[in-house]
Amino acid sequence: MKQHNSHFIDFVARVRESRSVIIGAAVVVLLSLLATFAPQLSPNSPAKACLDDRLISPFAESKYPLGTDHLGRCVLSRLLYGARISLAVGIIVVGISATAGTILGVVSGYYGGVLDALIMRLVDATLAFPSIFLAVAIAGLLGQGLVSVMIALVAVDWTRYARVGRGSVLSLKEKEFVESARSLGESDHYIMARHILPNIIAPIIVVATLGMAYVILSAAALSFLGFGPQPPTPEWGAMLNAGRVYMRTEPHLTILPGLAIMVMVLAFNLLGDGLRDVLDPRRVVIE
Amino acid sequence: MINLKTHFPTPDGIVRAVDRIDLSIREKETFGLIGETGCGKTVLGLTIMRLLPPSAAVEGKIIYKGKNLLEVSEPEMRGVRGEEIAMILQNPTTSLNPVLRVGEQIAEAIRLHQGLNKRDAKEKAIEMLGSVRISSPSRRTSEYPHEFSGGMKQRVMIAMGLACDPSLIIADEPTKGLDVTIKAQIIELITKVTEEKAMLLITHDLGVAMELCDRIALMYAGELVEYATAREIFDDPLHPYTRGFLGSLPNRGLVPIHGMSPSLIDLPRGCRFHPRCKHATEACRRKHPDMVEVEAGHFVRCFDA
Repeated sequence: MKQHNSHFIDFVARVRESRSVIIGAAVVVLLSLLATFAPQLSPNSPAKACLDDRLISPFAESKYPLGTDHLGRCVLSRLLYGARISLAVGIIVVGISATAGTILGVVSGYYGGVLDALIMRLVDATLAFPSIFLAVAIAGLLGQGLVSVMIALVAVDWTRYARVGRGSVLSLKEKEFVESARSLGESDHYIMARHILPNIIAPIIVVATLGMAYVILSAAALSFLGFGPQPPTPEWGAMLNAGRVYMRTEPHLTILPGLAIMVMVLAFNLLGDGLRDVLDPRRVVIE
Repeated sequence: MINLKTHFPTPDGIVRAVDRIDLSIREKETFGLIGETGCGKTVLGLTIMRLLPPSAAVEGKIIYKGKNLLEVSEPEMRGVRGEEIAMILQNPTTSLNPVLRVGEQIAEAIRLHQGLNKRDAKEKAIEMLGSVRISSPSRRTSEYPHEFSGGMKQRVMIAMGLACDPSLIIADEPTKGLDVTIKAQIIELITKVTEEKAMLLITHDLGVAMELCDRIALMYAGELVEYATAREIFDDPLHPYTRGFLGSLPNRGLVPIHGMSPSLIDLPRGCRFHPRCKHATEACRRKHPDMVEVEAGHFVRCFDA
């Protein structure tokens, strides 16, 4: 275990140097905590409308710290619960598409040939459309709801992992340790799982973190366009859309959810960028 | 190996990397295969292991313990690799996976073939590391390859090759890239651990071959040109290429063989060595010589012998 520690200490030292990892991670952790404890932190129910308290400005009444929307729902409570939805969508979509995309990419790169051509043409076909446009088309086809938004995003998002996975495998499979493993009689599946995967996990983590930002933003965009969960679900994109009408009189209804989306996306972007520097294989593998 | 051919079709023509090679390795024998860079030695090793890319066209037979290895199924071949025939690759630095602990890499081969559980395999890995004389092996198993020196990595490779007690070892340039003192240690180690095993040693280092081998074959441009016991090759070389190779040794005058070895796509007509041979005659230019047994067990491919 001693040797393992030296690696870990090295990693921690490099994380400390990277300001973007620290800030990004801190904000992500904070947002996760807020989302987890939303029921405890919320002053009011996120769905309960109170028509007597419509359109209250932030800081005006202690009962509604960030004011209320056009149906008299507490904006702060809705934002807190909205964080849960955004994070959940991000984790589920990235989890599924990273797993599936990586497996497809590794298999494609490792075996090559017809299988590779088939998978990569599928990737090309997906990438030929602007991704948000394709997601809109798929979500439209599947109908409204959170599940169809997630399906649409997975359908678009898996390609990035497939490409990263394939690219890494192409260079790895020529390495001698793969040949050495084969000369020891190991099967292809075993080599892929045991020798190839651990070597590509770092780039995949970076792509997945940046992917979180993309997925959260796209999910909000799809909700904004009306494909997402139906009212009264407190989704940030949907809140933004509902507040649009009152932009002139009650700007907090658009500014606050917009700000929430921006902070979360920015945090994941910072974290991903920072991790890319920290996990750079040129700095990790010492010959 | 009977009439073994490995050809690679390429857009520029067929690369005849291994061309009609007949040789046999006896039990517990160390057989040296010597030749210049690019003469097809490594391809021969990979052909035996069946680790070539699918584009390679292999003909002939490789008989191992009565079975033709070119005909067995892929899963069966996986059982042969590592357990029956092991390969020690050149470049120990890149032959170990940088993100796996050394002990795990040795243990995985043991688990695969001998069906041991994790703990027993780890014990065995520690034992193997000890047997290739790595100090404090139990601590070393949990280190990563970059914490090992080149010579130690080569020891690890040897330990991996020997882990499942194979009866034939193919060692491809085991001393490449090591400095002289380490080289001597590795040679000593190989001699010791392979006493009871057959080994095919692929090298371009005659000194190493002399040290380790019982019999030696010289390979030139994809074919064998001479083979005999190590003693005879050194005392009584018959093929001009063998003589040239010996003459290029530092303690024998450092006389180079002039010219370049031919491209394996565009081989010269007649004897493949004639453009570089001092004794070449008209016959050498026109006719390709056959392998002739000049003495018992001493074969040579030259009209002059």
